[in-house]
Amino acid sequence: MSSDDELMSDQMSDAYGDDDEDSLGELDYEEDGGEYIDEGKEEKPTKRSYEVEFKVYSDDQIRKSQQNQVEEVASILGLPGEQVAILLRHFKWQKDRLIEKYMDSGEEVLEEAGLGPSYDTPPKLETVQGFVCDICCDDEVGLDTYAMRCNHRYCVNCYRQYLESKIKDEGEATRIQCPSEGCSMIVDSKTVDLLVPVEIDKRYKELLNRTYVDDKPNLRWCPAPNCEYAVDCAIRPVQLHTIVPSVNCRCGHNFCFGCGFSEHQPCPCALVKKWLKKCEDDSETANWISANTKECPKCVSTIEKNGGCNHMTCRKCKHEFCWVCMGPWAEHGTSWYNCNRFEEKSGSEARDQQAKSRASLERYLHYYNRYANHDLSAKLDKDLYIKTEKKMTTLQSSSGMSWIEVQYLEAASKVLQQCRQTLKWTYAFAFYLERNNHTYIFEDNQKDLEMAVEHLSELFEKPTDQLSTAKNDMLDKTAYVKSRRMILLDYTAKSLAAEE
Amino acid sequence: MGPVPTFSRRLKRELLNMQKELPAGIHIATADDLSTWEMDLEVLDQNPIYHGKTFRLRFKFGKNYPIEPPEVMFVRTADREIPMHPHVYSNGIICLDLLSTGHGWSPVQNVESVCVSIQSMLTGNTKNERPEGDSQFVMTPMRSVRDINFVYDDPTV
Repeated sequence: MSSDDELMSDQMSDAYGDDDEDSLGELDYEEDGGEYIDEGKEEKPTKRSYEVEFKVYSDDQIRKSQQNQVEEVASILGLPGEQVAILLRHFKWQKDRLIEKYMDSGEEVLEEAGLGPSYDTPPKLETVQGFVCDICCDDEVGLDTYAMRCNHRYCVNCYRQYLESKIKDEGEATRIQCPSEGCSMIVDSKTVDLLVPVEIDKRYKELLNRTYVDDKPNLRWCPAPNCEYAVDCAIRPVQLHTIVPSVNCRCGHNFCFGCGFSEHQPCPCALVKKWLKKCEDDSETANWISANTKECPKCVSTIEKNGGCNHMTCRKCKHEFCWVCMGPWAEHGTSWYNCNRFEEKSGSEARDQQAKSRASLERYLHYYNRYANHDLSAKLDKDLYIKTEKKMTTLQSSSGMSWIEVQYLEAASKVLQQCRQTLKWTYAFAFYLERNNHTYIFEDNQKDLEMAVEHLSELFEKPTDQLSTAKNDMLDKTAYVKSRRMILLDYTAKSLAAEE
Repeated sequence: MGPVPTFSRRLKRELLNMQKELPAGIHIATADDLSTWEMDLEVLDQNPIYHGKTFRLRFKFGKNYPIEPPEVMFVRTADREIPMHPHVYSNGIICLDLLSTGHGWSPVQNVESVCVSIQSMLTGNTKNERPEGDSQFVMTPMRSVRDINFVYDDPTV
């Protein structure tokens, strides 16, 4: 951690800039720590240590930028557009590498990308005397056939069926190979145009467009259903250990550019994955184990008592003990259903042992339950939002406030949702934290945010007639919650960056 | 369910060709219709794991055969067991990239070439064992072999 981590400096640098800049901006990762508490006034966009630069592109923009690059490279290499497109796809859109390699050994590059010699002749159907299709075994005279330059010739029906199945069923576009076994010639777009019906061709073009985004590491499709925007962000995979790149799509969906999952600040992608896996495997089982079992004081086997008396005999090590006080049974006499020896030394030692083995389980459950609680609250946010909308309408009619004057409710509701999301992930994050000074500060920040969130949440529960009087209170609390979230994320981002 | 009419010609031709001649160790067991065939397979060299044994392969052809691969698995009968192989599960399911669309299948391949590939897969094997996680895998119910997404992690097969 660097020493200049003053959280409350009120410098507001404007490194974030306007969303409409059209450069495919390099990531500008600086710690300009602009933290401030605004009392109800509109907040200026400020890039903070936990924020990353990104751009949102529409389908059309993606297509155009693809086209531009093809044209640019085509003019440099003096090759036709669709060949350059294949080359660029082959080189995963690293145009500098392509140009360099092509200048070095053009023939080889063309061959590698499936564009061997004599590519220039336009593809056409032919009828060949004495032809038998190897796929359908049709040998009719005058059968239309097709072959790419690899000369693997099949009847036009089979070729079409093959391409349709690849495009429609498998969603393939750039990697469709010649139908022949072991032939790695890639089917080019001219061939597809010639052979498949219009609607399949359209799908093919869409898929090509998709591969552009898939191939470029700085682009990612917004994962929201039916959203057609792509986000451009220059975060590299190695940076994901220390940066959590949350981006906001134009459709309104907030997600992580690193893993495509819903926004999960401040917890890094790798820990999110680990945590979700753990919860999937463990949480239900762990809850049940915690509620219904104890460990044998001698061999720590987990034991469920599903009835009967307190005299337990461990199946595994044959140790006999009392279920209630966990002490050895030998000291018990005959009080089978009552144990009144809870304070005896041998019993309490056994319980200490048990406590230790339970601690790790309890620790996990501590974080999990809080994580799950905020997760649930986040899910209820949708209801809250709908309720808020209703409240806004009733408030307008009952208090004579204008539409613009009740917008603070919606703003508050949004902040609340966002903070719940953040809180949820702070618990997953904290589970993996080693205990040190940072952890204490982190937990303090977490506690402050949590309290602020609960206070704001309480205000929402008020009946509508009291809401108008609580406006200032709510505005204050909204601003406060917001600033608590910033402080927490800022501190975490800086600590993560310093750890590197 | 057999292939669509355009492709039934192909299967009839395949059958005709196989009835004329087949590589050593491969025989037609049943081929009564155009939806399911069974083939018998022997491993010809002295591989002690398979020596003296015959195995039965079942081919099921979907309506898009040969554009899509057939479903191929080993079946157990009174005198046919499932061969031991690190890529053959004890329920007969074979993990072979050749048999899956988008990986190794080409419509030019046919029943005979699949048999030859599986025969050579057994011939080259030295491990008398099942795939990792076999007992768990065979407990999982599934509708079709196609539902399985194998990870082809062994380039030697």
